[in-house]
Amino acid sequence: MRELPHGPISIDVSEVLGEVLGDVRKSVTSLYSSLVTRPTGRAVRAAIEMQLIGAGSVSLSLIDFSEVAIIDFSCADEVVAKLVQQYLDEEEPDAFFVFRGVHEPHRDQIETVLRRQGLAAVVESHPGIFAVAGEHSDAEARVWTVLEERGTIGEEEMERILPDPADREALANLVLRGLAFRGPRSGRVTALSRLVHNLL
Amino acid sequence: MGQRSLFDARHLRWVDPDGMVGLLVAGTIAGREQTHLPRLGLPESHDVTGYLARMGFFEAAHGIFEFDPPTRRGHGGRSDVLLEITSVASNADVHSVVDRVQGQAGMILSSKLGYPASAAVQFSVMLSELCQNIIEHAGAPGWVAAQAYNWARRLGRYVVVISVMDVGRGFRGSLAGEHSARYGDRWGDTTALEAAFLHGLTRFPDSGRGQGIQQIRRQVRRWDGAITIRSGTARIGQVPEWDDTPPLVDGLAPLPGAQISIVLPAKAQGPETGDGHG
Repeated sequence: MRELPHGPISIDVSEVLGEVLGDVRKSVTSLYSSLVTRPTGRAVRAAIEMQLIGAGSVSLSLIDFSEVAIIDFSCADEVVAKLVQQYLDEEEPDAFFVFRGVHEPHRDQIETVLRRQGLAAVVESHPGIFAVAGEHSDAEARVWTVLEERGTIGEEEMERILPDPADREALANLVLRGLAFRGPRSGRVTALSRLVHNLL
Repeated sequence: MGQRSLFDARHLRWVDPDGMVGLLVAGTIAGREQTHLPRLGLPESHDVTGYLARMGFFEAAHGIFEFDPPTRRGHGGRSDVLLEITSVASNADVHSVVDRVQGQAGMILSSKLGYPASAAVQFSVMLSELCQNIIEHAGAPGWVAAQAYNWARRLGRYVVVISVMDVGRGFRGSLAGEHSARYGDRWGDTTALEAAFLHGLTRFPDSGRGQGIQQIRRQVRRWDGAITIRSGTARIGQVPEWDDTPPLVDGLAPLPGAQISIVLPAKAQGPETGDGHG
């Protein structure tokens, strides 16, 4: 946490959606809860990216879907898959995301668009309960669970906690895929859920 | 310009969303070739005109047909109209469809089809993707409508029928620029439908595209429903055991644009009998 240049930021998607659609739909506020159509998703993602510009060179964002009633596949692709994908690089990503409020009605759409592009993301499926959605290996799932239970793994305890080299490689993959954060100075790997804990 | 057409519906005794939306498509196509709007002879049956009124047909038909205002708006009271005929020409229309259908969908899908409460969300997502298909691929306006029926004699269960049609370029026209070359001489309405329906091909290079129809198919299959898409001279479908519709047909009368029809059956038989509108 201390190694993030700035603290995590929280972005309420329903508020962003309201702003995006506000010009044309301002008379009916209930409409803002439906995150549908590709142009709407594109506009919401652009608005989120604008907020990330000021979030520092390495950022962690809690993208909150709690107040979104419906998200279709097109919007899930634009808001979740494309957002995750564009910050991935051969090096460790410079933007990390936790998607909050990914309840049962949203889960299938988000899982589907992530898997389609070989991506994965950390989601809060129930209050305080986190999971990895999308494409991941068994080893990645296993190691992510270990990390999620412990909260953080320091470099000095890595071999003891993850004696199998394949698991240590999986942990490195989790970092590369934006599913865990490695402190640039300490090398300590921390679960994203732990880093956004104060925003929940 | 051709002679003015007459669509004679005076003896119409029953019509479903496919029929109503199809009538709008036929009128639009006919009107392109004529200096005057096609004439529509309204059904003599008050039940049918009442149902057309409930489904918003007359509002949708304004500007497509010339017709005498119906003298009686028919029955009020209980209705299983899930979504009145709605014009889809912009993304705002898709938002409108999704917002309008949510409350009614939950009630009808639960009470008539026995689906869980969460089905209302999946149903709305499906409608959203269906409507976006018009905007993104047709390049022309279209319509959507949905209604619950008791198919007591045909299936012994309630069903929800969804109809989506447009007057655009069709699947072959939408995909031709990107995909026709690889099919060579085989390229046509059938191969275009197979490409989109079975393989998820789209004219967009973005790897995130082309999943709308695939996800609609998946959801329809989960509900043991039927889906067919007709475009040009071909029709392709995903049909469950209870339906004897052929999965692929070619050589049909040419249909400009596309028609997507979905039938979602109830999980258990409803208590009422007799086929008819709700």
